[in-house]
Amino acid sequence: MQIDRRLLIHFDWILVGFVLAIASIGILNLYSATTKIEISGTPLYLKQIFWVLIGLAIMVTIAFIEYRFYSDVGYIAYSIALFLLIVVLGYGMITSGAQRWVKIGSLSFQPSEFVKIALIMALAKYFHRPPDRKGYSLKQLGLPFILLLFPMGLILKQPDLGTAIILLLVFFSILIFVKIRWSSLLAIVLPGAAVVPLLWRFLKEYQKKRIITFFNPDLDPLGAGYHLIQSKIAVGSGGILGKGFMKGTQSKLGFLPEQQTDFIFSALGEEWGLIGSLFVISLYFALILWGLRIAVQAKDRYSAILAFGVVAMLFWHVFINIGMVLGMMPVVGIPLPLLSYGGSFIISTLIGVGLLLNVSMRRYLF
Amino acid sequence: MMELNTQRMEDFKGIYRYLVVFISLAFLLIFIRLWSLQVIMGGDLRRLSENNCIRLRENPADRGMLLDRKGRILARNRPSFEVYLVPEDVKSNPEVIAQVGKLLNIPTEDIQQRFDTQKRRAPFKPVKIKSDIDWNELALLETNRVHLPGLIVDVRPRRAYDYGDLASHLIGYLGEIDENELKQSRETAYRMGALIGKYGIEYRWENDLRGVDGGRQIEVDALGREIRPMGVVEPFPGNNLFLTIDLDLQQTAEEAYQDKNGALVAMDPKTGHVLAMVSKPSFEPDVFARNILPEEWKSLVENPSHPLQNKGIQGQYPAGSVFKIITAIAGLESGTITPNTTFTCTGAFPYGNRNFRCWKEKGHGSISLHRAIVESCDIYFYQVGLKVGPDLIAHYANEFGLGKVTGIALPHERPGTVPSSSWKKKRFGVPWYSGETLSFSVGQGYLNATPLQLLMLISGVANGGKLFLPQVVEKVENIYGSKLKEYPPVELGRANVSEKTLQSVQDALRGAVNDPHGTGWTCALKDVKVAGKTGTAQVIKLPDNFKKGDMNRVPLKFRDHAWFVAYAPFEDPKIAVAVLVEHGGFGASAAAPIAKKVIERYFNVQPSAPQKRTEVESDLEDAD
Repeated sequence: MQIDRRLLIHFDWILVGFVLAIASIGILNLYSATTKIEISGTPLYLKQIFWVLIGLAIMVTIAFIEYRFYSDVGYIAYSIALFLLIVVLGYGMITSGAQRWVKIGSLSFQPSEFVKIALIMALAKYFHRPPDRKGYSLKQLGLPFILLLFPMGLILKQPDLGTAIILLLVFFSILIFVKIRWSSLLAIVLPGAAVVPLLWRFLKEYQKKRIITFFNPDLDPLGAGYHLIQSKIAVGSGGILGKGFMKGTQSKLGFLPEQQTDFIFSALGEEWGLIGSLFVISLYFALILWGLRIAVQAKDRYSAILAFGVVAMLFWHVFINIGMVLGMMPVVGIPLPLLSYGGSFIISTLIGVGLLLNVSMRRYLF
Repeated sequence: MMELNTQRMEDFKGIYRYLVVFISLAFLLIFIRLWSLQVIMGGDLRRLSENNCIRLRENPADRGMLLDRKGRILARNRPSFEVYLVPEDVKSNPEVIAQVGKLLNIPTEDIQQRFDTQKRRAPFKPVKIKSDIDWNELALLETNRVHLPGLIVDVRPRRAYDYGDLASHLIGYLGEIDENELKQSRETAYRMGALIGKYGIEYRWENDLRGVDGGRQIEVDALGREIRPMGVVEPFPGNNLFLTIDLDLQQTAEEAYQDKNGALVAMDPKTGHVLAMVSKPSFEPDVFARNILPEEWKSLVENPSHPLQNKGIQGQYPAGSVFKIITAIAGLESGTITPNTTFTCTGAFPYGNRNFRCWKEKGHGSISLHRAIVESCDIYFYQVGLKVGPDLIAHYANEFGLGKVTGIALPHERPGTVPSSSWKKKRFGVPWYSGETLSFSVGQGYLNATPLQLLMLISGVANGGKLFLPQVVEKVENIYGSKLKEYPPVELGRANVSEKTLQSVQDALRGAVNDPHGTGWTCALKDVKVAGKTGTAQVIKLPDNFKKGDMNRVPLKFRDHAWFVAYAPFEDPKIAVAVLVEHGGFGASAAAPIAKKVIERYFNVQPSAPQKRTEVESDLEDAD
C-alpha cells in the first residue's frame, strides 16, 4: 500500500503524546506497586512494557490502513469476535470464578476485550446511513440492539459484569451521538429501568454482594467491602503530596487485592497524592476531549462514529474505574486504560487509539 | 470499497458542546471526591495506613451439631484456645519468642521454623504457634500478656465427639481443606486451612453443617494491640442434623463386638431408617479435628484391619449361607421346586471331579425346603441351584438389590458382585462352569455383598418385597429449631416375588432361629419372635480333610467370616439387622449373639440365656 505523504504530515503527535505519557506513568506505577508481591516468573512491569510495545506496533499499523477497509469488514470482525466469545464459554480456561480467557498456543487472551472494538465498528457501519430530520426511530434500532445483546449476554454469562456494563454504556453513548429521537430514547430507557429488578435475579451471588456492599460497606467489611475500605484508605493516606515513589504501604503490604489491575489507581493516589492523581486525571481528561474533537471534525459519518465510540469506551473505563477506587461507585471489575496491568486490555485500548489516530490523520484528506 | 456518507454531519457538531460539558462535569466529580479523600479526610486515613493497623481476624462459624434420633448430642463444638504470634510485631522484641516458648513448653527453634514455613503469608498475618492450649497455659499467657507484644490468643470452635469412637464411620471426620476442594468451592468461600468434612456424614452434609464464617476488621496499634473493631461480621452457625440412629442401640451394638472386627447395620425395614451402624475397628474422629499427626495417620492407613473403612458399606464379602434365601426364592419362583420338594443329603455331593460337602458331615437325610433353610443344608441348595441355573439366581439377587449400590448417602459405597454367565464371559472371557453354580447357590465363589446389601435383602423379605432407601439423616434444623429439610422414606421398588414364596421363606427363617436344630438358635428370644439366617463366608478354601473343630488352629486372617441377618418381631417387623464378624468363624456362635443383644436392646426385653435344647447336637454351635 502506498502511504500518502500527507498522512505523515498530519500524524497526530499530540494524541500519541498523551497515550505515551499515561502508559509510561502506568509502567512506573506498576513497578512500584508490585515490587513487594512475590510472583514467580517475569515481573509484571516488564510484561507490561512488552504488551505496550506490541500494542503500539498494532496501533501504528491500524492507523495507516484506510478506514474504509474497516468499514467493509465491520460485520465480519464483529462475527469473529462473537465466535471467540462462544469459544470462551465452551472451552475457556477458568480463572477466578469466571470464564474469560481463550488460549491459543502459549498466548491467552480475553475475547471480551476485543468485542468492545468490534461492537463499535459494527455500530459505526450501521449508523453511517443518516437518519431523517428528527433522528433515528425505534424501528431502525432493531439491528443495533441485536448487535449489542448477543455479546452482552455471552459476557454476562462468563460472568463479567464490568465489560457488559461498558458495552451497554458505549452503545447508549453512540445512540445519543448519532441522534435518536427523544421519544425512542424514552421508549428504551423507561422499560429498561423497569426490568432492572428482574435482572437482579440473574446476577451471581458475588455480584449482588458487591452492589449491596457499595451502598453499605460495613455490611461485609471482610469480603467485598474490604476492597472499598482499603482502597479509600490508600488513596486518602496519600494526602496532597503523596508518600513518594516506592513508599506506599497500603498497596505493598498486600492490603489491596487486585492492586495491579482494577485497583491500580489507589497505588498512584497513595504514592503521588492529590498532585499526582490530578496530573494523571488531567491527562485522561485531555486525551478524551482531544478524541472527541477528532470525532467531531471527522470528514464522514463512519469515521466520526468510529472515533466517538472509542472515546466513549475510554471515558467510561476511566470514569467508572476511578469512581470505584474512590468509593463513588460499586466494585465492578473494570480496569483503568493504560494504567492497569493486563495484555488483552492494553492491546484493545491501543487498537482503539489506533482507530482514533487513523481518523485524525485523514480528516484533511478526500 | 463502499462510498462513505457525509450527510447530517451537523448533528455531531450540535451535540459536541453538551458532551464537553458532560465529560467536564464527570471529571469535576472525580476531582471533588479526590479532594475530600486526600485533603479533608487525608489526615485520618493516613494515620490508619501508617500504623498499617487494620487486621483481619477470622471468626469461624460453629459447625452444626449431630444428634441422634432422640436429640442426644453425638457431635458438638467446644471452645479451643489458639495461640498466634505476629512475626512483624515480634521482630522488634525478639525475646517474646523465647518467653512464649517457655510458657508453652515449645522450643524456640520450633517457633522460628513455623515462621519460616509461612514466609509467603500476607504481612501481619498471625502465625499459629499452638492450638487447644489448656487452662493453665491460658492463665500463664494472659497474666503475662502485657509483656508479650505480638501475641494473640483466639478462641475457635473445635469439633468435639463426646462418645469417642462411637459410630465413627457413620459420623466421619474433618480435615484441613486441600487444594482441589478449595478450587471446587468457587462461590462458597472457604479460607485456606479451613476444616471441611472429609468422610461420612460430616462430608456428605458439609453444606448444611458448615455455617457462614464471620470475622472482624480490627484497628490495632503499633504493638499489635487491638484498639477498636472497624467492622464485625458475626458468624452464623451451621444447621443441626438429626440422625436416624439411636444412641442406646448404637452403644449396645458397639459393646457387643468387644474386640472383634466386622460390621453391623440395623434399620427399620419399613422406612429404611438406619438405627445403628457399626464398623470395627473404629477410629477416634477427634484425632482429625485437631490436625492429625503423620504417625497417627500412617498407623490408621497401614492397619491391616482397615479402621478407616466403613465395612458396612465398603466391605465386600461372600454372603455364604445367607444367600440361600435367594436360591430358595429363585427355585420357588421359577417353579423348579415347591416347598415340598425333597432332596437327599448324605453329607457329600459328588459333582464333576469334586466332592461338594455339606457342613454337617453325617448328612441331613431326606430334607424339604423348610428344614433345608432351618438347618442350612448345603447339598439341598447345590441341587436347587443346578436346576435353576446361575442366571435366574442372579436375577433374583438383583431384585433384592445385590450387585449394585443401595444409594445410601455416605461416601465410597461399594456395589458388590452378582455373577452370571454373561458377567463371567465379559469379565474373564470364559464361559460359566456348572461347578461354579454350586458355589454360587450357597453364596460362595464370585458372589460378594456388603453388610448393608444383605440387610436390604433381609428387610425386603421381612417387608413383603418392598425395598426402602437406607437413610442416615432424618431431618435438618437450623439453630432456631425450625425444620429446613426432612428425609421421608423413599421406596426403591418392590422385588418381583410372590406372596406365597415370601411366606415360605419367612416361615423357614423363623424356624432357623426358633425350631429345634435351627442354626440361628443363639438369637432366639423369649418375648420377641426373631427370624434370621446364619452364614459363613470362606476366606480361603480349606483342605477337603479339614475338620470343623480345627478352626481354632487356623491363623486368624484365614478364618471364615461369620454372618447373621435377622428381623423382629416376626409378625410385624420393626427392626432388621445384618451382622458380620470378620474371621469370626461360624454365624451361630460369633454373629448371632451380637444381633441378639441389639434386638433385645431395641425391644427392651430382659436378656435371656440361650436355652440350649436337649436334643441339640454338639456341632450346632458350629452350624454354617
